[in-house]
Amino acid sequence: MIAQALFFSAILFTIGVIGVLTRRNAIMIFLSVELMLNAVNLSLVALSRLHGVVTGQVFVVFTMTVAAAEAAVGLAIIIAVFRHFRTVDLENINLLKG
Amino acid sequence: MTLLYQFHFILFGLIAVVSAILFVTRKSPVAGVLWLVQTFAALAAMYVMLEAHFVAAIQVLVYAGAIMVVFLFVIMLLNLGHVKIASDIRDMRWRLSAGAIGLLLLAELFVLMRDRLPQVLPDPVGMDPLVQPNVITPLAQVLFRDYLLAFQVAGVLLLVAVVGAAVLAKRVSPRT
Repeated sequence: MIAQALFFSAILFTIGVIGVLTRRNAIMIFLSVELMLNAVNLSLVALSRLHGVVTGQVFVVFTMTVAAAEAAVGLAIIIAVFRHFRTVDLENINLLKG
Repeated sequence: MTLLYQFHFILFGLIAVVSAILFVTRKSPVAGVLWLVQTFAALAAMYVMLEAHFVAAIQVLVYAGAIMVVFLFVIMLLNLGHVKIASDIRDMRWRLSAGAIGLLLLAELFVLMRDRLPQVLPDPVGMDPLVQPNVITPLAQVLFRDYLLAFQVAGVLLLVAVVGAAVLAKRVSPRT
């Protein structure tokens, strides 16, 4: 059961990485990062169960806190970028491109 | 671990993985968010089967309930919900390199966790709901005793995030 949980965690993390690499919409990239955070949460819970302690679950609570803060700030940045460029497509946001 | 238990665990895992693949491949962000919510619900079921009941509850309440609603709200605020003619998925060169990187990462993760997992699980310390009806108590003991400082810092982090989000998203008035 722990092995299966780690297996699914690895697959979900990889799907998140592929999502980050293949999408251009900033919000979809952000959601893929959330998926990766959840994959890590799954492996934390599984390893917490493996050792029979609850410390891993406490870490999951902290991860969710940071994810909530990150979602709030990141979406505010996306809204500010959208006001300026009228798009969230990362191909069109190239101020720093050499 | 009974066979039925294991079967349901794998079933929920497959639901999570299939929903995640559908999330990554949808054109419309709204459909993507809804598939991601289903992934999170399946993950919450897996947390319950791993005896992390409190984490499962906040996974549904905070993640699927609150954070995803914020995402959906922003997508609709920016009017990205309608499927445009051009999808935002990158071209084939990007897809192939992303698939190669994903396969590499997956192989690496599998090599890392290939063996050394004991088959017999130890009894969870204070997590058995038959012995202790309150599953939150051991969690709270660790959270408020061993990680009290981190808990306080997380509170400050949330405050800073709220203030920062309010400042960033504030509409600049045209006169200034």
